[in-house]
Amino acid sequence: MRALTILFLLLSVLTVSCTETDLSGPSSNDFDRQAMLENWADNIIIPSYEAFSGHMATLHADAEAFTTTPNQTTLDQLRNSWETAYLSWQNVSQFEIGTAAQIRYRDNMNIYPVNTTELEKNIADGSYNLSLPAENDRQGFPALDYLLFGLSTNDGDILDYYTTHQNANGYKTYLLALTERMKGLTDTVLDSWETGYRDEFVQNSGNGANSSVDMMVNDYVFYYEKVLRAGKIGIPAGVFSGSPLPTHVEAYYNQELSKALALEAIDAAQAFFNGEYFDGNGSGESLKSYLDFLNTMKEGADLSNRINTQFESARSQANSLSSNFRVQINTDNSAMLSTYDQLQRNVVFLKVDMLQALNINVDYIDADGD
Amino acid sequence: MLWSIIRFAANGWIQKLYIEPTYFFSYYGFEWVKPLGSYTYLLFILCGLSTIGITLGYRYRASILLFFLSFTYIELMDKTTYLNHYYFISVLSFLMIWLPANAHFSLDAKRIPELRVKEIPQWCVDAIKLLIGIVYFYAGLAKLNSDWLFKAMPLQIWLPAKYDIPLLGSLFQQEWTHYAFSWAGAFYDLSIPFLLLWKRTRAIAFLLVIIFHVLTGVLFPIGMFPYIMIASATIFFSPELHERVLAKLRKGTSFFIIPKAEQGTYAFSSDLMKKTSLGVVSVLLIAQLLIPFRFLLYPGNLYWTEEGYRFSWRVMLMEKAGYANFKVVDPETGRQFYIDNSRFLTSFQEKQMATQPDFILEYAYFLEDYYKNEGIKDPQIYVESYVALNGRSSQPYVDPNVDLTTIAPSLKHRTWILPFND
Repeated sequence: MRALTILFLLLSVLTVSCTETDLSGPSSNDFDRQAMLENWADNIIIPSYEAFSGHMATLHADAEAFTTTPNQTTLDQLRNSWETAYLSWQNVSQFEIGTAAQIRYRDNMNIYPVNTTELEKNIADGSYNLSLPAENDRQGFPALDYLLFGLSTNDGDILDYYTTHQNANGYKTYLLALTERMKGLTDTVLDSWETGYRDEFVQNSGNGANSSVDMMVNDYVFYYEKVLRAGKIGIPAGVFSGSPLPTHVEAYYNQELSKALALEAIDAAQAFFNGEYFDGNGSGESLKSYLDFLNTMKEGADLSNRINTQFESARSQANSLSSNFRVQINTDNSAMLSTYDQLQRNVVFLKVDMLQALNINVDYIDADGD
Repeated sequence: MLWSIIRFAANGWIQKLYIEPTYFFSYYGFEWVKPLGSYTYLLFILCGLSTIGITLGYRYRASILLFFLSFTYIELMDKTTYLNHYYFISVLSFLMIWLPANAHFSLDAKRIPELRVKEIPQWCVDAIKLLIGIVYFYAGLAKLNSDWLFKAMPLQIWLPAKYDIPLLGSLFQQEWTHYAFSWAGAFYDLSIPFLLLWKRTRAIAFLLVIIFHVLTGVLFPIGMFPYIMIASATIFFSPELHERVLAKLRKGTSFFIIPKAEQGTYAFSSDLMKKTSLGVVSVLLIAQLLIPFRFLLYPGNLYWTEEGYRFSWRVMLMEKAGYANFKVVDPETGRQFYIDNSRFLTSFQEKQMATQPDFILEYAYFLEDYYKNEGIKDPQIYVESYVALNGRSSQPYVDPNVDLTTIAPSLKHRTWILPFND
């Protein structure tokens, strides 16, 4: 009996200690997950946000210049900074974690297609609350796309909206409100990374549903499947609706930017997978190196190679598309579908093979298993 | 079980698993068992109350019957939440309906003096021992497969992910640990029923039971399973040991002062009752011995096709992940489109669906009905799916050229699953 009691005590100590996090650090044989988190935060995420934040500041400044003096020059300037910012956005869109997730950052920045009817109503009414979820499709980059390229078919008529139109002030005010909001949200996200969240993110290096690795991987896979594969290519190509939806392409009014945005997104997604620094000067611990480490035990297929090869295939297929996705869909949608297929193959590698190898659950299910 | 129900409710799982989803997967032949919306809470309350009755031994037969019915109904509502230990509880509670568990040291024994006896038939206790033995032994048999023993799969995937467990975390990164745990696990499952049966090894065996289940409970998200198995292993202890424990409890409060029966053997209320009880229990145990072997009736790899996989004590045996893309085709117009599963299924359901063919088929029927309502006269449903088993590369799973709406539900072998390439 006494031996049993002692054993019970021993085991309860073990169980209790197991429920507390113990960051004793990895041995030289382990994969350093904390190093991976640090690489993600310090060399990829924060630099990406810093760059984007800079472009957002420029965009807002140019919007101010335009609304003060609407003419062709300021319009061109604003359009340029919009394009630069939109491309830069593709680098941060995949990091919907922490504060970004809390404020529904991506939904506020880039929901398309834009609801032009409601947007026009907002401008006509003059009163709107952009922080409501219902207002998602009347703000962000797609709304700017409409206001800068979609109001009319020629630049002269577009400028009229901001000069001679009876509610020119309404248009100017709305435009400025959008860029101000986008800049504000961006600053909020970057701020949280730079003052506290980065440490929280990196320290949370345990395993389990709420650990940073699990959450980041889940967000990444979700982004790849829903935002990149479906949002940019699949939905416009009609994969989910049976008939093509050219109105659902990114940068619909600008027309020429869709392909560039998609390629930038593919590049960013692959760079993150390989742990490449945002500034391009090297790489660190990443999903690729994690998979390679686990692979040394399995002698299985080289998964990280497969994923990278598939990224290459998707990129070259996307490259062959017209820079104007609207035209591409209307003339030869099968090319869009082929691009979709290439992106789709990586969904299987990422969502099935990679998650299994890393033993991470999709959208953590906290029910019991057996 | 009371604790299990409370824990289930406290985790918000009643809402999440049985009320929120808009669609539920049914067991073959039990499609009439439907979730009850808000009344599900009532079902759980009934279940919880019955566990109190069982624990105290108050109106035992009614309590155990109510428990069996309510608990089994809960499990039948959605196939998604199938767990081997829930199945074990259903079987065990059914078994216990026929056993006189309230004949000694229970509130029933307190208030009904005639019920109080010193002895019950040996087979009543042996039946439970045999059931537990079956669970362990078959779990051990299931582990005698090439992935488990020669590739240390799936532990080779599961253990390295547990890197932040103190003392053992680093150990789990080593390959030899995976093999050690795999072989030790198989050996434990196969030998423990016998070690518990023989008096000389019983104490050590119980120690092993505690170690094994605490360890697996810490490592894997298996809920109440470890505690249930530790508690049920006590049935193997001798009556004398149990009496000593009860004697200590009796000294505690007057609540536990239940007059001890010095003599008497339990007699069933009638000869028919006795014969029926014995008969039902025998059939149940024979069924338990045979059911796990039904997979032999099907061709193909058991782990791949899962035909005959469930209800066979294959506990924590494989790591399977899948991805299923459903395509709806309208033959009249040629229009085709893919489905976003998250419109209809929770992520838990989607995960379970993607690797189990009976789920895939049922979901295909559901989609067929849904799109019939949406105006497509005769929808065709095709599936492009991939499954990765125990760390192998993902492979195509369902034949993408088969229109699943043409497949009738049956227990026969599914020819629309692609062969397994090992």
